[in-house]
Amino acid sequence: MTVDLSQFLPTFFEESFEGVEVMESNLLSLTSDDRETIDSIFRAAHSIKGGAGTFGLERVSEFTHLVETLLDELRDGRRQFNEQDKELLLRATDTIKALLECEKNGVAIEQATVDEVTTQLNNALNGRVSLVSNESSGWRIIFIPEPDIAQTGNDPLLLFQALADLGTVHATCNDEHLPDFDTLDVEELHLSWQLTLTDTQASQLDIEEIFEWVEDECTLEIAPLSEPQSQTQVNQAQSSGQLPNASEQQVSNLAPSSEVTITGTPEVIESKEPKPSRGKHTDAGSIRVGVDKVDSLINLVGELVITQSMLSELGQDITSADSEKLKAGLEQLMQNTKELQESVMRIRMLPISFTFNRFPRLVHDLAKKIGKEINLVIQGEHTELDKTVLERIGDPLTHLVRNAIDHGIEAPDVRTTAGKPPEGQITLSAYHLGGNVVIEIADDGKGIDTELILAKAKEKQLIDGNYPLNIQQIYDLIFEPGFSTAACVSDISGRGVGMDVVKRNIQALGGRIVIDSALGKGSNIKVYLPLTLAILDGQLVKVCGQTYIIPLLIIVESVQMQADNIVTASGGQYYYRLRDDNVPILPLGKLFNLGSQASPSAEGLLVVTECEGQKVGLLVDDLLGQQQVVIKSLQENYQQVNGISGATILGNGAVALIIDIAGIIDLSKKHTNGVSKQTSAQEVEQ
Amino acid sequence: MNLQNLINDVPVEGEYTLEGLDFITSGDQYLSFKLAEECYAVDILAVEEIRSWQEPTIIPNAPKEVIGVINMRGTIVPIVDLRIKFNVGQVSYTPTTVVIVLAIDTVDALRKVGFVVDAVEDVINAKAEEVKPYFELSGGIASRFVEGQINVNQAIVTVVNLRALHQFNDQSEVAYE
Repeated sequence: MTVDLSQFLPTFFEESFEGVEVMESNLLSLTSDDRETIDSIFRAAHSIKGGAGTFGLERVSEFTHLVETLLDELRDGRRQFNEQDKELLLRATDTIKALLECEKNGVAIEQATVDEVTTQLNNALNGRVSLVSNESSGWRIIFIPEPDIAQTGNDPLLLFQALADLGTVHATCNDEHLPDFDTLDVEELHLSWQLTLTDTQASQLDIEEIFEWVEDECTLEIAPLSEPQSQTQVNQAQSSGQLPNASEQQVSNLAPSSEVTITGTPEVIESKEPKPSRGKHTDAGSIRVGVDKVDSLINLVGELVITQSMLSELGQDITSADSEKLKAGLEQLMQNTKELQESVMRIRMLPISFTFNRFPRLVHDLAKKIGKEINLVIQGEHTELDKTVLERIGDPLTHLVRNAIDHGIEAPDVRTTAGKPPEGQITLSAYHLGGNVVIEIADDGKGIDTELILAKAKEKQLIDGNYPLNIQQIYDLIFEPGFSTAACVSDISGRGVGMDVVKRNIQALGGRIVIDSALGKGSNIKVYLPLTLAILDGQLVKVCGQTYIIPLLIIVESVQMQADNIVTASGGQYYYRLRDDNVPILPLGKLFNLGSQASPSAEGLLVVTECEGQKVGLLVDDLLGQQQVVIKSLQENYQQVNGISGATILGNGAVALIIDIAGIIDLSKKHTNGVSKQTSAQEVEQ
Repeated sequence: MNLQNLINDVPVEGEYTLEGLDFITSGDQYLSFKLAEECYAVDILAVEEIRSWQEPTIIPNAPKEVIGVINMRGTIVPIVDLRIKFNVGQVSYTPTTVVIVLAIDTVDALRKVGFVVDAVEDVINAKAEEVKPYFELSGGIASRFVEGQINVNQAIVTVVNLRALHQFNDQSEVAYE
């Protein structure tokens, strides 16, 4: 039977990219000869190599093999950990990633870079190998297989034959652990060997390659012959009564790669010191499913919620002997549906560590590049967010962190002069606040110089010098297109994607961004995001017979207007005097061209909303209930509509549109400039 | 005869009869419908379902032929009144008004749009060479909406270009005075 392996390729790539991430994040946190961390890096590399071999991706498997060998030496303590190796391994990890990406997308790779890293790896490895092999004329190999090694199709004899090709082999068999004849299972192997390989040019690598297939199923010691016998481990193994137990113990120390598949197991078994958690690998088990399946599930639950609310509506009007029972049943249904909906929504939720994980590397590389010392602290990486939000927040966050490194943190000498520690600190944290998630990017750098911003803004004629701005308005200038206070444009930041794009991306997610800063002390940027893009809490309103939904989050209050407080000013615009605020009144019916809507009058209803710090009042005919609605796309089959962010389906099966307040303000601005717009529209037609 | 069943049971090549109706199964098949006295047709494979009239939700500032959106089993589907778009026939909505929902294969996705017509008529078969080119004259439909014309008995059936149909006019920037 032939199996079409290509169907597993996508999974292989997905897992391998995760593996690369594990390698990278662990390498970054690696500060000393930490066995456990090295083990997990090794495991990740090993499974990438194994998979690549299976799928015939030789370039990947060959390269990863080199990395693995280096890691193995670190793991076994044959190599002392140093910063140089760390940098080399980081570069090698990048190369593995690049190789994988090339294989995945079928594009050519920059061979020069791969060759360079390969040479560096070989040099690093040979440095040690030649050192050792110079003083040895052969190798001593201790091979203790697991009893069930034959069940995986491996025969030690074949291994020894392969070994014999490298030189002269002498084998001594240790049979003292053979069980009694009547308890002997013929399929189990209870022998172990001590082998010597002489008259050979073989390096340790060559020998390891022979035992590669069985390395998870045996205890293997390879040592140069001249080295004095100091393997206490081996002595221990041999002296302890039960060989299987002893080897099991050792094997678990070696952390066989078969464990890789069970990444769900908690990684901390024996370490006493608290370690930074490693994102998803601390989670309790997981399964991999396609996004489309989750989406269809979410859709179905959305339908269920709608049906349920339809039934509840109907059920309220029923009057019969059984109506109490029916109502109790409907109540139960409502509870269950709500719980089901919440659980299904949670499937899409992923910890923000998925996005945060990229930052240690980014900070590490950037800090090195521009000669700053930066300590990155990450907090609340378990805070969960909708996958869609997560995917789209990555780039804006990267920009903000780059800005903090480039503009925020000062060079070490400047910091020392200012009486600060030379090492700057960037704190990235995430937490829940109400129905939102807040992501905070804080640095202890030089802060934002408002004078400088004002000067720049005047220079670029963004503001008129005469009229005063409050501090928040000054900070908001940073988000103007093309605004940069960097004295010189670096390749890290200052040009390209600007803060205006960051702001736009965050707003597109229904979020907002707030800056707080103190000169000389640092800046703090807060990004507020909705938990999910799939549902929202809405206020249902009626305008000219149509039902609209206003997101509860933007509503400040709803008021019944008093005649005295309705004022017309500045060219026919109606305002409502709400305490000290002048709230412009937007007639929804008129803006949406729904037909005649009464002018603002007493008894009229005004929903006061807030958008980017500006309060506006929406004139509506009636306030209906509040409910959680499932957001449906209007663009899927139609197109973007000004003032509308999406649609939903109500309990009675009808469609209701969801109000986008920023779009409505835009519509209203166009209304004001109506005449000029109309002329331009005519020009287009001609 | 139930039209819905008819649509579902259109025979594939090799099946020749259905409830006593004779089908010629060679060539392409079209669903024909009426706008006032005129006959139009669309590729039958694009027909998703035929449903009766239901009051749609108005889309603010939409082109006048886009009369709103409806909920089709959880999907938001825009409704276009072909009588307004082609300026043919009387616009009235009754419980017997017919909406043909089509799935139109666009470059990026399969988009669903409902079209209001006066009546669904028949399934017609026509080979590619039977579809005659359309000549646009003043007062007629813009040629980008037409793929061609088929002669059926004494009538001329206009085959509608679906891809052009799903492209909505840009939103009128200022629809109010």
